[in-house]
Amino acid sequence: MNIHEYQAKQILSDYGIPVPVGKLASTVEEAKQCAQMLERNAWVLKAQIHAGGRGQAGGVHVVDSLSKIAEVSHQLLGTRLVTKQTGDKGLPVNSVWIEETVALKREFYLSLLVERVSEKLVFIVSAAGGMDIEEVALKTPEKILSVEVNLIVGLQSYQCRRVAYALSLKGEQIRIMERIMRGMYQVFIEKDASQIEINPLVETESGNLLALDAKITFDDNALSGHSDILALRDWEQEDIKENKAQGFGLNYITLSGNIGCMVNGAGLAMATMDLVKLKGGEPANFLDVGGEATAARVTEAFKIILSDEQVKAILVNIFGGIVQCDMIAEGLIIAIQEVKMTIPIVVRLEGTNAELGRQLLNNSGLSVIAAEDLETAAMKVVDYAEGI
Amino acid sequence: MSILINQSTKVICQGLTGKQGLFHSQQALAYGTKVVAGVTPGRGGEQHLGLTVFDSVQDAVDLTAADATMIYVPAPFAADAILEAEEAGIKVIVCITEGIPILHMLKVKAVLENSDSVLIGPNCPGIITPGECKIGIMSGDIHLPGRIGIVSRSGTLTYEAVKQTTQQGLGQSTCVGIGGDPIHGLRFIDVIKLFEEDPVTEGIVMVGEIGGSEEEEVADYIADHVSKPIVGYIAGITAPPGKRMGHAGAIITGGKGTAEGKIAALSAVGVDVVRSPTEIGERMKARLP
Repeated sequence: MNIHEYQAKQILSDYGIPVPVGKLASTVEEAKQCAQMLERNAWVLKAQIHAGGRGQAGGVHVVDSLSKIAEVSHQLLGTRLVTKQTGDKGLPVNSVWIEETVALKREFYLSLLVERVSEKLVFIVSAAGGMDIEEVALKTPEKILSVEVNLIVGLQSYQCRRVAYALSLKGEQIRIMERIMRGMYQVFIEKDASQIEINPLVETESGNLLALDAKITFDDNALSGHSDILALRDWEQEDIKENKAQGFGLNYITLSGNIGCMVNGAGLAMATMDLVKLKGGEPANFLDVGGEATAARVTEAFKIILSDEQVKAILVNIFGGIVQCDMIAEGLIIAIQEVKMTIPIVVRLEGTNAELGRQLLNNSGLSVIAAEDLETAAMKVVDYAEGI
Repeated sequence: MSILINQSTKVICQGLTGKQGLFHSQQALAYGTKVVAGVTPGRGGEQHLGLTVFDSVQDAVDLTAADATMIYVPAPFAADAILEAEEAGIKVIVCITEGIPILHMLKVKAVLENSDSVLIGPNCPGIITPGECKIGIMSGDIHLPGRIGIVSRSGTLTYEAVKQTTQQGLGQSTCVGIGGDPIHGLRFIDVIKLFEEDPVTEGIVMVGEIGGSEEEEVADYIADHVSKPIVGYIAGITAPPGKRMGHAGAIITGGKGTAEGKIAALSAVGVDVVRSPTEIGERMKARLP
């Protein structure tokens, strides 16, 4: 789960990490009030969406008058901001964060994440802050320092000093750096984060360190234990269909094609999408109905697939193991009748009681195309989607 | 022969009294697996499926000399169950549970680093040596005792590979589902190493997917250490970046972990990577003498 920048900054600040002073506004009037209350001559105004790349997309402005605050917030609020991370539709700007401007000397990159290869928590540090860290890693890997933390002994002071020295910090700054890293580590452990990124962390003209931008992602598997974090969720930043599916225990992801896919198992669901593509079609979605593909779940899955108007044909691919194919066929029949399916649906059943399942479908009187194997099923559904 | 488990493996079930634990223990017993006891804290002394339930793994091990466990414990308590099994000296720990918090798994891995126990999973279908021992949620009847070792990050996609190798008459020595989570126990490299050493295994099928770099890591190993033919399949060519494709571990981040990258790395070391998951069985057969 992602949260907004202003929420991330609030959490970091609660854990002793210095952040700029700022206020949140969701109307133009509020924006002006916030700016006035901050008692500055210039402000940074930042659109709050769950995606990076806002600066280049016109979502971040430095302004020096209240009339400009009004102008820019009017421009942004209520629109959808498209950045290189959002996709074509962009994300809704429902609030803006207004912050003091900061005179800065240097920009750093600092993040804490789970590194899959070493299976450790790792701080990633770079003196090249404010830039796309993946690009830095690719072009100048020597500019990146990573510091592994052993979860059993925890973060050590010398590790914080190593980072501070690598960034050529001096005196009091070294102590502040340790406070920042300890704060990040504590948030990670206590709140079950999966990534915390401060980019940039800046050194101001006066020598302070400040988290100028912040992003925190939380581990979905641990959310149930953190009601305070769940309360920060902004549903409007997430895909409605994907969330609806999640409510029914379905894993659904929207894609741009016209062939709806319904599969049991995440790996097989991916493989089915790939096979559709290989046969010349374009999958409209990823959908894993999970291990317990009951009639109710299958019905909901169909409803979600059909709510995408681009879908011209559906491929159902079920490999029954413990789940029996005749049960699934019964579920399919009920679901197809309930949602009044009007587009072609190709069904491939394999595994336990597959033959029985196919018979049920054939005898149902519904226009379901049963396919013998996955290869044939994929070819057929591509043909139907093209209207052949 | 086989790897990790065989007909003499004695298995306990942690979470035996739960719905999943009970159902799959019954299935395992029906398949012929030597399930010897169950563990559910607070339920010690009960009998289920003719098995005695113990309060702790240590009690169960002391009385039955079990050397493997299957864990069907709810996600918040699964890491605790794994660590309890490790401390009791269980050699093969199979965790089926999905949705374990990543910080729990990091702690588990830190402990396992200095342990003789191996962990399979979590979030996996389990492991089966056909005709001998089944620990997991796969259905036994698609398997055939034979000569192909199968290792996979996915459940139902493993069944595809199993079905096809059965249809081709090749059968399987052992099938291992290593799981779909980013942090998990045995990795491709560990299982492929065991298959290379196993005299019965003549060919290997590996089913990977987007995310992480395990497939790339094992490619380096294969180049220098594996003589047996390997057929590979990687799911997720059409997956968009940044999206978690069902499995927590199946996500392309920062341009890394793509299917194309993995296919290229494996192809470069002689792995026969098929583009369609329907070609796994045929291709494996063609690669064997």
